[in-house]
Amino acid sequence: MKKPLSLGVVALGLVAAGVMSGCADSDTGADTQDPKVEFKQNPYPSTYKPLPSETTLITNVTVLDGVGGKIDNGAVLFVDGKISAVGKDIAAPDDAVVIDGAGKWVTPGIIDTHSHLGVYPAPSTQSHADGNEMTSPVTADVWAEHSVWPQDPGFGRALAGGITALQILPGSANLFGGRSVTLKNLPSRTMQDMKFPGAPYGVKMACGENPKRVYGEKGGPMTRMGNVAGYRQAWADAQAYVHSWEKYEREYEAGGNPKPPKRDLNNDTLAGVLNGEIIVHMHCYRADEMTVMMDVMKEFDYQIGSFHHAVEAYKIADKLAENNVCSSMWADWWGFKMEAYDGIRENIPMVHQAGACAVVHSDSDLGIQRLNQEAAKAWSDGKRAGIDIPMADAWQWLSANPAKSLGIFDQTGSLEAGKNADLVIWSDNPFSTYTQAEQVFIDGALAYDRNNPESWPISDFELGQVAEGDIK
Amino acid sequence: MKHFYQLVKATTTASLTLCFASLAFAQNVALVGATVHTLSDTGTLENATVLMADGNIEAVGEDLNVPQNYERIDVTGKVITPGLFGAFTSLGLQEVSSSAGVVDDRVKAHPVSATGAAYDASYAINPDSSLMAITRVEGFTTAASGLSDTDQLFTGQGAVISLANTTSPVLKPRAFVHTRVDNRGAAGNGDSRAALWVALDQVLNEAAGATSADLAVGADWHGLTSKADVKALKSVLAGTTPLLVTANRAADIRQVIALKQRFSSLKLVIVEGLEAWRVASELASAQIPVIINPEYNLPGGFDQMGATLANAARLHEAGVTVAIGMDTHNIRLATQHAGNAVANGLPHEVGLKAVSLNPAIIYGVSDRMGSIESGKMANIVVWSGDPLEVTEAAEQVWINGEPTEMTSRQIKLRDRYLQLNQAKTQPYVRP
Repeated sequence: MKKPLSLGVVALGLVAAGVMSGCADSDTGADTQDPKVEFKQNPYPSTYKPLPSETTLITNVTVLDGVGGKIDNGAVLFVDGKISAVGKDIAAPDDAVVIDGAGKWVTPGIIDTHSHLGVYPAPSTQSHADGNEMTSPVTADVWAEHSVWPQDPGFGRALAGGITALQILPGSANLFGGRSVTLKNLPSRTMQDMKFPGAPYGVKMACGENPKRVYGEKGGPMTRMGNVAGYRQAWADAQAYVHSWEKYEREYEAGGNPKPPKRDLNNDTLAGVLNGEIIVHMHCYRADEMTVMMDVMKEFDYQIGSFHHAVEAYKIADKLAENNVCSSMWADWWGFKMEAYDGIRENIPMVHQAGACAVVHSDSDLGIQRLNQEAAKAWSDGKRAGIDIPMADAWQWLSANPAKSLGIFDQTGSLEAGKNADLVIWSDNPFSTYTQAEQVFIDGALAYDRNNPESWPISDFELGQVAEGDIK
Repeated sequence: MKHFYQLVKATTTASLTLCFASLAFAQNVALVGATVHTLSDTGTLENATVLMADGNIEAVGEDLNVPQNYERIDVTGKVITPGLFGAFTSLGLQEVSSSAGVVDDRVKAHPVSATGAAYDASYAINPDSSLMAITRVEGFTTAASGLSDTDQLFTGQGAVISLANTTSPVLKPRAFVHTRVDNRGAAGNGDSRAALWVALDQVLNEAAGATSADLAVGADWHGLTSKADVKALKSVLAGTTPLLVTANRAADIRQVIALKQRFSSLKLVIVEGLEAWRVASELASAQIPVIINPEYNLPGGFDQMGATLANAARLHEAGVTVAIGMDTHNIRLATQHAGNAVANGLPHEVGLKAVSLNPAIIYGVSDRMGSIESGKMANIVVWSGDPLEVTEAAEQVWINGEPTEMTSRQIKLRDRYLQLNQAKTQPYVRP
């Protein structure tokens, strides 16, 4: 926690709890304190349960451990859903299922920092458009998890591409678009069943063209300077909000009976950023705008976790490294609007080369199905430009760096003993167009098996429809 | 050797103006030692030689002698394909697609056209667009380029264009007319297929029945179409100009096949075709090819519930001609799309044809391009390896026998910023 508030709550989150504790025996007149107002910390808790798993040893595979290690003829053992050993010669425990993976590769599961599955699901009808609360430029009070439709068939498609966890973000219409949620990619019947236990919240912010296009004729902002004024006012208001609660806490602890400040859901989220509990994910394309935003970050003393899209990150890769801000990027998308005009194929390797944190993201229900190919393109484009990054290091873009930027690297994102057994067995080298994810494990349980069509998950939406259970 | 101008003129109506200008006098070149995917009956050749002379392919073979007056270029270990063909793009019509002023691939309804058929992309192609070089350096030498939106029944007439560095990019104007009978097409035409199809039938019947007297200047004309539309539709009805039809639902595709029974000369092409695999044998029998994005596998609407990664392979298996490549800024990724179709069952050589020969067949220019055969234009790409593999790249592109400069605005941006600490600020750095 960066700057603990005296409030003593993890997330300024909800409901006055003190009222229930009653005042029956506090008959001491004017000196009586009202019950202290505190908020429920985790009102929409994860109900995720791993699928049943078995002790499993995968042998004879090329292992990329996700943190720079490559092991030829390697092995991975997982027990009780956790990685137990990664190495060359690992003895199979008595009860272990042994998978001979000759010719295959094993990597950590891919983690996508930028998805709108569930909030912009398929079918993409107006009634399903739940990702952008385009009613006001500052809506940090809305939470993407309250829009997620778990029956989006896109989750299952992404699983077949080796995605084991993903961040669902609100859209980029607003300066503050709302809270994100990180999910395990295990298709289920409720959002809570998919919610990644212990993952911190994020908040979506957006630079540039989108807010000014959406609000230019709806009261503003209509310029980039208007955007920045909007962020700054919101942070200033959030600072005042934090101070009002600190004052309440201080006076209460001193024995007074202060009136609690009015709860404000928007400022709850922003206060969570200021106290280091909520991670900023900021849609931002242009180098100059990202640089301004890193100054805003310093002005109000918070940390940006990741710029998203960041198509000009290569122009300021040194500054991104200096400020410890990740960039979540496409391999080669460009030109669909002015702020995407300077996109280049070498963006990702150039950011990596400068020592900054590079992440491959999708922002697409198709792209999320083959992020390994996106990384492969960036890796080979870098190589041709003289940036020779070992494949094993490049895999950080797909698992470790996204896990770090989502605050879940202590649990997943690499093949290291003790971590969740979130991993993929690939038919061959995953830096190839022709390679496919054959088996995907989440917490050691087989969540997808390409060679067993009967086992593929089918969303409610696709049940009983044309081509139910077909190759997808 | 036939000249492209004469050839096309002979096979199209006299109203087609041909603007094929850049037949420059390239030197004679021999590319020696590569694996050559000819995409012709000759198949794939190992350690082969490609001879280019006067802008055309002179010969290709495994045991060719290099004549004395040829520049010999050793490309041992490389892979050669014909120049790739962007099957369905708006290249030259878009620079920046959103919020960036006039974008020529989108037409707001104009009185000259009542149905959208008359709009003509060939007037709007900008050969100086940065997309030309950005696409060309990735192995693409030709594209079909058309409008993306008119809010009318038809999406205008598109052109076949060269991606060469040329002042005359249009190879074949009015090379196709496009319409939509998918959900989006219905949305713009009465919000229902029940209106859309009646309108389409009515308009085609009107065009079929119109006489030159009806269309004379000053003659009264009452109909759903404008006179300019009728002109465009006459050549569609004659089968001279292919009619591309975006359709996804199997039932919609069956309606397209039925349309051919009512207007028998129509030369139809299905675009997008997410459920085309369900109608594959009917499409094969009707000789209707498809242009698809084989990666699309989601039920994005109720007219594409059957979308699957197996679409391309199943269509090919049934005997349908498959072209791959639907994009503009990133039409260069059609190789990856084709690669993923191959990963899902399409034969590799068909994957290559889907981005070169098959679009050339669809647009009626395969006698001059799309494969490596004696007499065809010398549009040749030398690759570092398998073109459908995401880690390989085009190393040298030849158009009309001329080597193109392998640079682009994106490559210059990259080179400017490869070193961030420089003596002067970046605007002074000339890569």
